[in-house]
Amino acid sequence: MSINNFNTLSRINSPRTTYQYDEFDKDFVRERVAEFREQVRRRLDGSLTEEEFRPFRLMNGLYLQLHAYMLRVAIPYGTLTSQQMRRLAEIADRWDKGYGHFTTRQNLQYNWPKLIDTPDILEALAEVDMHAIQTSGNCIRNVTADHFAGVAADEIEDPRPTAEFLRQWSSAHPEFSFLPRKFKIAVTGATHDRAATLAHDIGLRLVKNASGDVGYSVIIGGGLGRSPFIGKVIREYVPRAELLAYLEAIMRVYNRYGRRDNKYKARIKILVHEKGIETIRAAVEKEFAAMDYTAFQQDPQEFKRVAASFAPPPYETLPSESSKLAKARLETPAFDHFVSVNVSKHKIAGYAIVTVSLKPISGIPGDATSHQMRVLADACDRFGFGELRVSHEQNIILPHVKKDDLFALWQTLDAADLATANAGLVSDIISCPGLDYCSLATARSIPIAQAISQRFSDMARQRRIGKLGIKISGCINACGHHHIGAIGVLGLEKKGQESYQITLGGDPGFSASIGEILGPGVSADQVPEVIEHLVDFYLAERHESEAFIDTWRRLGHARFKDVLRREGEDGADI
Amino acid sequence: MALISNGEFVVDDWRRLADEEALPDKGKIIVSYERLDSALKARGANGDIGVIINNTLEIDKLTPVIAKLGLIAIAFPSFADGRGFSLARLIRRTGYRGELRASGRLLADQYTHALGCGFDTVEIPDDLAQRQNETQWRSARRTHQRTYQRGYISSGSILDSRRKAAQ
Repeated sequence: MSINNFNTLSRINSPRTTYQYDEFDKDFVRERVAEFREQVRRRLDGSLTEEEFRPFRLMNGLYLQLHAYMLRVAIPYGTLTSQQMRRLAEIADRWDKGYGHFTTRQNLQYNWPKLIDTPDILEALAEVDMHAIQTSGNCIRNVTADHFAGVAADEIEDPRPTAEFLRQWSSAHPEFSFLPRKFKIAVTGATHDRAATLAHDIGLRLVKNASGDVGYSVIIGGGLGRSPFIGKVIREYVPRAELLAYLEAIMRVYNRYGRRDNKYKARIKILVHEKGIETIRAAVEKEFAAMDYTAFQQDPQEFKRVAASFAPPPYETLPSESSKLAKARLETPAFDHFVSVNVSKHKIAGYAIVTVSLKPISGIPGDATSHQMRVLADACDRFGFGELRVSHEQNIILPHVKKDDLFALWQTLDAADLATANAGLVSDIISCPGLDYCSLATARSIPIAQAISQRFSDMARQRRIGKLGIKISGCINACGHHHIGAIGVLGLEKKGQESYQITLGGDPGFSASIGEILGPGVSADQVPEVIEHLVDFYLAERHESEAFIDTWRRLGHARFKDVLRREGEDGADI
Repeated sequence: MALISNGEFVVDDWRRLADEEALPDKGKIIVSYERLDSALKARGANGDIGVIINNTLEIDKLTPVIAKLGLIAIAFPSFADGRGFSLARLIRRTGYRGELRASGRLLADQYTHALGCGFDTVEIPDDLAQRQNETQWRSARRTHQRTYQRGYISSGSILDSRRKAAQ
């Protein structure tokens, strides 16, 4: 059953904004859908036991959650067309409860699909060149990239052609589909790391060598979860042509030597930690040298074909300043705040990058209704070449909006409750679904995010505080990336009670660091207050526009601990 | 045990020799890795000796004798343990042309993975063969007609097909 009859025609003359499937890519995805449909049937007739079915279900993005199945749809490198976004809205209406949840890995999750419907959902996705392949399971997961790819002013090269290459190479890999554990790859092409490359199994950074050729700096062994590690550089420079071969060598070493005796010690970060980066580097280099890698040579012609999909849209030649924008900012203070907080510099004069926050005050971080999805699709058709991005901060980006159009866009967004001017501010909280949905969770996270957001609901105060990342995970698996939040919150269960551990000093960027624990856990209702005290202390101590993490680094962890100790003397149970 | 070759359940002309069994004078036999050297010495290298190995065996333990072997079976302790796929690749890389067999609870859904990595045959326990019968294995061969990877055995590399179509 397809939903071809739905009105999903793409805009005529819409430029390419993401990788365009050719007949072979389409065949591949259709084959995967047919395979999964057959696997569901064989599960139901008993050919496959639940244990045997599980990895194939996971490799198609289907989890069994606390209350129902959850389907995780891949949004490779976070790039979406308006047509694809509309299809996501249709699926939400037809097979789910009219909303979806954007995740920290640039994916979209539906929380209420039925097993029997999932092949139809996958088919509906395939019709718009989308899938849920390898969004879960012990395989190479959906490849993520800088959400400002192609438009950031600080870019060496758009990372998405590389990420698309990796998507293809890693899809249904004959050798690497039954790894010790999941495997996540992130790519950045910029000088600021917006893709958290140091917190991935493999992080790739586009770099130039001495002769000006673009290649990759390869980082391995980063990761969060119960044992967080910052990734280490395994090779400073891998030429483009050799990238796939080099990655095959890493994967082979991991597949053979990664631990399989304990799933909590099975990620490559543990292998790197236990054997040491030198040993792993030697093993990878030995394998790389032994390979006949002519077959894996990244073909320059093919790379060019893929890269052409990401060619810049037909920008107009515009003055860099817009008087229309300046006037609207003066007249409408709320819009002015939106521009100063949610709009970023575009590499082309007269254009801007707009972040649409999915973190309304007291809302559920990352959730969007089907109506909001359609508003975003329409808005990017009207104002942004039909292109959208999903950020790992769980927000949506319109990557190319004319400065002249910003006010009209803002009005459209505002009418759909999508104009919260808090991108990067204290209420732009990253949160996993937590105990409200997830079977792994040990505590709730969404209500904590909502309470913190409520506590800081005064937007003027938020702007005074400035950029400050709060990240919340509802269990030790750290899907909310709490380790790399300037302020991290980890929900645990102690003697039947939820208990929240606060960490400070996490940093997802090139100067990545893992947050340090502040002290004993606090109860759910104390979390907003503790955070408020920490923020007040920071405001009192910071130098000018110093970021929270920099104040913390300058003053040291102990000073922040003291803040809480003083609170404790007043009788608070902190 | 059921043996699958080219998508069909076939008769196995190899016999797995238990370690306590005496070495027969002739016939195709599969011995454990521990017994391999003595079996080769006793019977010579006529291609009638095969070996079953763990998926953790280092390839250089096998290379000195690999040209003498008629069959190498890699044990899959669980279908979720993918080490055997990498080991198969390494064995094929040595130039080994004999039969390469995956032995364990491999699922029909993994058939193309096994073939892609260089296995010829798959040997599964009877209870599994009853649930996943010949029909399922036969159609499993056709589930991955298009593959993105190059350098693996498949019916159609997408890049190569793309090239052909563009010509």
